[in-house]
Amino acid sequence: MSNENGSKDNIVRIEGLKVYYDLKESFSSSLISQKKRRVKAVDDLSLSIGAGEILSLVGESGSGKTTTGKAILQLTKVTEGEIFFREERIDPKNKVFMKAFRQKAQMIFQDPYQALNPRDFVLDIIAEPLDVNQLASSAKEREDRVILALEQAGLSPGRDYLYRYPHELSGGQRQRIVIAGAMIMNPDFIVADEPISMLDASIRTGILRLMMQIREDRELAYLFITHDLSLAWLISDRIAILYLGSLLELGKADDIMKRGLHPYTKALTKIMPMPGVNRGRERITLPGEIPSATEEIVGCKFRGRCEKAIAICAEQRPALAEVSAGHFVACHLCK
Amino acid sequence: MKKRSLIQKSIYAVITIFAVLVFNYLLFRVLPGDPLSMMMRNPKATPEMIEGMRQLFGLDQPWYVQLYLYFKNLLAGDLGMSFYFKQPVSSVIGARIMPTIIMVGLAEVVAIFAGIIIGLIAAWKRGTRIDVATLGFSLVTYSMPTFWLGMVIVVVFSVNLHLFPTSGILTPGMTYQTTGAMVADYIRHLILPTLTMSIVLIGEYALTMRNTLTDVLSEDYITTAKAKGFDNKYILRKHALPNAMLPMVTLIAINLGLVVGGTVQVETVFSWPGLGSLMYEALRARDYPLLQGVFLLVTVSVVVANFIADITYSYIDPRVKE
Repeated sequence: MSNENGSKDNIVRIEGLKVYYDLKESFSSSLISQKKRRVKAVDDLSLSIGAGEILSLVGESGSGKTTTGKAILQLTKVTEGEIFFREERIDPKNKVFMKAFRQKAQMIFQDPYQALNPRDFVLDIIAEPLDVNQLASSAKEREDRVILALEQAGLSPGRDYLYRYPHELSGGQRQRIVIAGAMIMNPDFIVADEPISMLDASIRTGILRLMMQIREDRELAYLFITHDLSLAWLISDRIAILYLGSLLELGKADDIMKRGLHPYTKALTKIMPMPGVNRGRERITLPGEIPSATEEIVGCKFRGRCEKAIAICAEQRPALAEVSAGHFVACHLCK
Repeated sequence: MKKRSLIQKSIYAVITIFAVLVFNYLLFRVLPGDPLSMMMRNPKATPEMIEGMRQLFGLDQPWYVQLYLYFKNLLAGDLGMSFYFKQPVSSVIGARIMPTIIMVGLAEVVAIFAGIIIGLIAAWKRGTRIDVATLGFSLVTYSMPTFWLGMVIVVVFSVNLHLFPTSGILTPGMTYQTTGAMVADYIRHLILPTLTMSIVLIGEYALTMRNTLTDVLSEDYITTAKAKGFDNKYILRKHALPNAMLPMVTLIAINLGLVVGGTVQVETVFSWPGLGSLMYEALRARDYPLLQGVFLLVTVSVVVANFIADITYSYIDPRVKE
């Protein structure tokens, strides 16, 4: 599976990742049913992200996008499977490795109103990793590095922002603070969890440009989590389509968008608004809703909503198979 | 905090106190019962004597004249004469204030510390058996009737174990060789009411602490801090606790205001000569001036405590500075 992303080095590689959560049950219902119900948030997921690559993880709500991102960064408990960072296995018990890993892999959240401690000055928020890891030798150096990070994040003059509280800033400015806080450690890999979906449409482009700019300046890889397929197409090298914690299709952005093979991918791309192109094009509307992740589904997870489902779909779960160079599909009908 | 909002808040506080005083004044007079019938239990009392008493205490005046006189005297610093103790209300209250402050104040300190620690552990170990156990403990003590708990504690520690005296503040008829011996006796009497009061208070603090801390711990800035590799103790101390303490400050301030009011139940069960038991005695005797005096004290201290909490809040939470 290595180098499926076409780059020389993998920054992150996931093998057979499973994240299951036990459902809390009330005492009375635990008396009746013997079996513990589990949410399979991420179910046997394997993929890799190349150095400097942008991989978009696309899926509906509850498909396990955020959980995957958090699992990679060891922010949620991994039930099974292995994750490698620069081909070194991530072991949460290995303190020395984790310390280096925590500096090189960062996360950007969806809601900039929640991601900043309301009681701290911008200066202290951004400088915190420097303080904890004792990386700034003087107060002057500390401040200079924060100002530099702020200005790289498009907040200039940076000095004006040092002694402001998060609540005094707009959503876009806060997200820039979050980005500056993530960038101060010079990370190689960032999990961006819907970083612009909470922002006003007018400032989204600015934040996206900033993120792309930073990627140009240094070899930074993104795992970009989004439910917006057109946004994923715009910015990413590759796209992974996630459904109920499993990958249905993975490939270059253009391959997915223009030559998507999985019925689910097709349904998603066909409903995408495209100026001028869409008119008269057939639209696929999926019947039903995404099933609950607590249900045990035998066979293909998508079959309940798939019009083309045949007998084998209900018996055997299709594996992710390469159909053309770097293009993987998990469907019995797409081989 | 800006000067204007400070003045505004002060005005609100004064208005609140005034409104509560009028309400209390009317409330006591709607209560069934009559102070004169309580004072004149002596069967030999003649109607003339009762009438004399009525005039002496101004009870023959219409209620609005009495209300006017009450506020007029209050502004002059005069709380009136206690019907029952036949002493100025201020000196009756003055004699009872210290035992309450010592007992309830101590109980508050114990409960605040214990509650914060219990709540912290529960939130940190959320979903585990420790959490369930502390939650259960908090809910049980929080909803337990105070007088009942007090009686159980008396039965266990005084009647069965003979560890502490059942009631009072000092052993009656005891002469002390040294001040130390007296203090020791005082402390022995202090322990059970303080324990009862602490147990009653812990639940509220622990539950509030657990809930706010659980909320804070699910915020993204906590996850961000984890992603940046800060260790758990640091995150708890630097990010979680300061933010979780905000609602606690309000709760502590309000409860500290209630310290002065004491607790009628605990003080009555343990015959602790504080303001709580004084309130009870005044109520039984329909001693209007004394009741009004005690309620005035409670009202003022609650309003002042809230006022202080308001101001403190604006200093510890940057979001409410304006």
